Amino acid sequence: MRLTALLVAALCWLAPLPSLAQEAARIVAEHRDQIEKPSRQTIGPVIAALAASGDPMADDILSAWEDKRLVIRKTDGAMFIAAPDGDGFALTALDGTAAGRAAKADLTELKPNAGVRALIATALVQFTLSDPDPEKRRAALASIAQDPTAEALEPLRAAIATEDDPALKAQKQRLERLLTLRFDPDSAARVAAIDSFGADLGLDLRGALNPLVATTRVASATPPEANIARELRLGTDIPEDEAYGLLVAAKLAPARLTLEEQRAALLANLKDGAVGGVPVVELGSQDARDRAYTALEASGAVPAAATDDEAKAALASAKFYEIYAEPAPAVTDAAEAALARIDTKVGAMQAADLGLDALSLASIYFLAAIGLAITFGVMGVINMAHGEFITMGAYTGYVVQLYVPDYTASILIALPLAFAVTFAAGVALERLVIRHLYKRPLETLLATFGISIALQQLLKNIFGTQARPLTAPGWLDGALAINDVVSISYIRIAIFVLALLFLGVFFWLMKRTRLGLEVRAVTQNPAMAASMGINPDRINMLTFGIGSGIAGIAGVAIGLFAKVTSELGTDYIVQSFMTVVVGGVGNIWGTLAGATMIGGLQKVIEFFNPSNTLAAQTYMILFIILFIQFRPRGIIALRGRAAGD
Amino acid sequence: MTILHPRHRSALVFLACLALFTIGVTVAAHFGLVSTSFVKTLGKTLCLCLAALAMDLIWGYAGILSLGHMAFFALGGYMIGMWLMYARTEEIVIASLANGGLPATPEEISQGIATQIFGVVGASYLPAIWSFAYSLPLQLALVVAVPGLLALVFGWLAFRSRVTGVYLSILTQAMTLALALYLFQNDSGLRGNNGLSGLQNLPGITAGQDTVSLWFFWASALALALAYVALHAIVSGKFGSVIRAIRDDEARVRFLGYSVEGYKLFVFTLTAVICALAGALYYPQAGIINPAELAPIASIYLAVWVAIGGRGRLYGAVIGAALVSLLSSWFTGGRVPSIPLGFATINWVDWWQVLLGLTFVGVTLFAPKGIGGLFDHFTGSHPPDRKGAPLGPDDGSLREREAEA
Repeated sequence: MRLTALLVAALCWLAPLPSLAQEAARIVAEHRDQIEKPSRQTIGPVIAALAASGDPMADDILSAWEDKRLVIRKTDGAMFIAAPDGDGFALTALDGTAAGRAAKADLTELKPNAGVRALIATALVQFTLSDPDPEKRRAALASIAQDPTAEALEPLRAAIATEDDPALKAQKQRLERLLTLRFDPDSAARVAAIDSFGADLGLDLRGALNPLVATTRVASATPPEANIARELRLGTDIPEDEAYGLLVAAKLAPARLTLEEQRAALLANLKDGAVGGVPVVELGSQDARDRAYTALEASGAVPAAATDDEAKAALASAKFYEIYAEPAPAVTDAAEAALARIDTKVGAMQAADLGLDALSLASIYFLAAIGLAITFGVMGVINMAHGEFITMGAYTGYVVQLYVPDYTASILIALPLAFAVTFAAGVALERLVIRHLYKRPLETLLATFGISIALQQLLKNIFGTQARPLTAPGWLDGALAINDVVSISYIRIAIFVLALLFLGVFFWLMKRTRLGLEVRAVTQNPAMAASMGINPDRINMLTFGIGSGIAGIAGVAIGLFAKVTSELGTDYIVQSFMTVVVGGVGNIWGTLAGATMIGGLQKVIEFFNPSNTLAAQTYMILFIILFIQFRPRGIIALRGRAAGD
Repeated sequence: MTILHPRHRSALVFLACLALFTIGVTVAAHFGLVSTSFVKTLGKTLCLCLAALAMDLIWGYAGILSLGHMAFFALGGYMIGMWLMYARTEEIVIASLANGGLPATPEEISQGIATQIFGVVGASYLPAIWSFAYSLPLQLALVVAVPGLLALVFGWLAFRSRVTGVYLSILTQAMTLALALYLFQNDSGLRGNNGLSGLQNLPGITAGQDTVSLWFFWASALALALAYVALHAIVSGKFGSVIRAIRDDEARVRFLGYSVEGYKLFVFTLTAVICALAGALYYPQAGIINPAELAPIASIYLAVWVAIGGRGRLYGAVIGAALVSLLSSWFTGGRVPSIPLGFATINWVDWWQVLLGLTFVGVTLFAPKGIGGLFDHFTGSHPPDRKGAPLGPDDGSLREREAEA
């Protein structure tokens, strides 16, 4: 029992016990000389003794020492901790009692050099890691994680046992393992630490593992005494130029002559219109220049340079290795294995993330295209001004936000208002233009294109060319992060939900309402529908209005994450047409399939070549052109009379 | 069947007008009445007219609304631009290397050219597609071959799977967009969005721009005249009858035993080549070409010109292209006085596009024959008043298509 109690006492050595109150002052007094003139080599035990004293003043003394605030009073040689106070200093004795004030002239500051201060700082880490304030402990952990050093390992280990906050304790343990795998002197402990992570996805782990497997390339005639990662085969693993560079660096071969150097050397040795016996006028070919240089080499005018043959021989005689900076093979093997495990898992997660991205892009395309699917698919009318309707929707959102400062309310107002504005525009367009062109689809395309350029310029004249803000409400900020790899922004989730909502609304409208029934009737056979008492003019007008209205709502949604300019819609119009055509005209499932395919495809191509979204779009369009070859009527083609031809 | 047959009258009148115009501009330029830049503008306009001729053949006669012909136009420009830029840079590089003390080796010259041309996109070697750029004849062959092959392959793919009507329009638009996006990349080998520049400087020619601009003006006029004669011959013969029949009822022509796809493919490729030649004449006058020239909107404007000028008649396309493109540059050039309305001022730089768009809608709705319809009106030629069968109750008094045109 007594033993246990002692152990507990020992474990709680940092607790401020009264009997230890004078301990720090005693240690300082004992090593006074060393503290006044510290040297990096010898001061270690003193700092360790102070840190281990258990005296609460040790922390203050050490930090004062590090900050050059530990002073000696000139009159009696006593040591104090000084704090700036007006034009002088307030003094505190080493046992923590206040000791009055003193002028700057009466004090001598102790100025430890940088090496000593680093030792003190390391010792101080354990105090901050065990600070009563959890915020300070968290900050200390963060700073160690930011800049991990071998010195931090011991204090960190010591600070784990006393941690009572479970979250902080977990953080400390994780950081301890991360430091162990990098800095522990014992290879076995490092391997154990690496293996303990399994296939953890944390960026900090990858950050700690990557330096372990960092390699350098060397050239050497015999296998070097190092942790060899692999031997490089010339030509396949390492290009010849780089290999020769390694040979030169290892002083195994002379530098090769570059063409510029050869030119400069020839110019320098130009005499009487000839170089090395070759007339200047003939030096317009590489052969002649080589001959001239060889002649100069023979006469000793220029240093010998490796010819191609010599370079080849040197390359053949040497071997090239990739060696780890880390000397212990067990550690590098374990790190490689861990990284491979992580890569596999990251790959799977990236696929999931790609899936999410594709889904969100697909729902954007679906939103942009659903209005078009109605006008083009159901009515057979090409509306090139559809993109401008999307833009109008986005600008409606912007105008609403000018008057309604609350973002949530303004979006809720903007959605129906955008629908109303573009519905009206659509109905006007149908009444004024398209109605006269139902029998001439190509001319509908051109007339609506005329509307499109007029509208685009009009919007530019009204709102200017610079991008206007359409701000999402605060609760849509940020992203839903599932782990370090998979995350999706809330705006995209909202757009996905909106797309689903519209799919539902569309089905309800088409299958459950009188209007939907009439629209379907007019689509399938206008003449017969008219004979049954349906007014095709009215139905066409409403259908077109609804299609345009949905474009307006899509505009608000797109404006939330894209720049609102007069060209906003133009960016989506071709993709929207593609979505409708690829999916299959006249079928909402087709539009959904088309959007999924185009969105997915674009993301997959971008994944293979992430730096180049232009190329992704190019290849996607090429793919679509080829796809149309095989399914000219789209993924889901209408059959029979409904196909209309 | 002489050339004085009434059906050739419009072609003769057109050629006479073109000749008079060319002579007039030449004389005016000789006496300094028109500036060099205006001669260039007129030369470029003639090239656009040439492209519009091709567009009229494929859309007005064959009924295929291609929204990709300006891509062939730009490709032609790129092909000739490659030679112009290469040869011009070669001159400069050789001149600068000659000052270096040693005669330049071929490697140094090609290295210098590559650095000079591709420095802006951070590359220092010539991409493979520049392999023929050293030779004018080869590159001229590419002016025809590259757009021609592209049109052939694309047309073959599209027509064999019976993509027609608006689907074809959208597909051609997608092709144009894909090409433009591809060329926008820096590693496309054509200098990304920098495009090719300095094309107005002809290598090996010391004559001033005033002379060179006249040469190009004559060449453009000659090309337009030749193309007009050739296309007139095509559309007034049996071939023309077949493609017009395809426009009016494709299925019926197919059932009569004609290879509709073959005819379409021929027309598509021929017009692409004409556009490419027009582009090859246009861009040395413009001096610069970049991927923005391939934007789908350019091809749509081509359709707009033809529609305003009047489809299905060659002179209509030329008139439309000349009128609209000249008006466009006049209005957007800022030289048209603004109209104060009291509450606002109509600044034509801002409002010209609105006017153009609305005019275009008006022409489509009320004057489907475009400006060409005016000639019909004055010459008193009207389509026969054939009464088609009623279409059905949903279209009121409208008649079948036969009755409309």
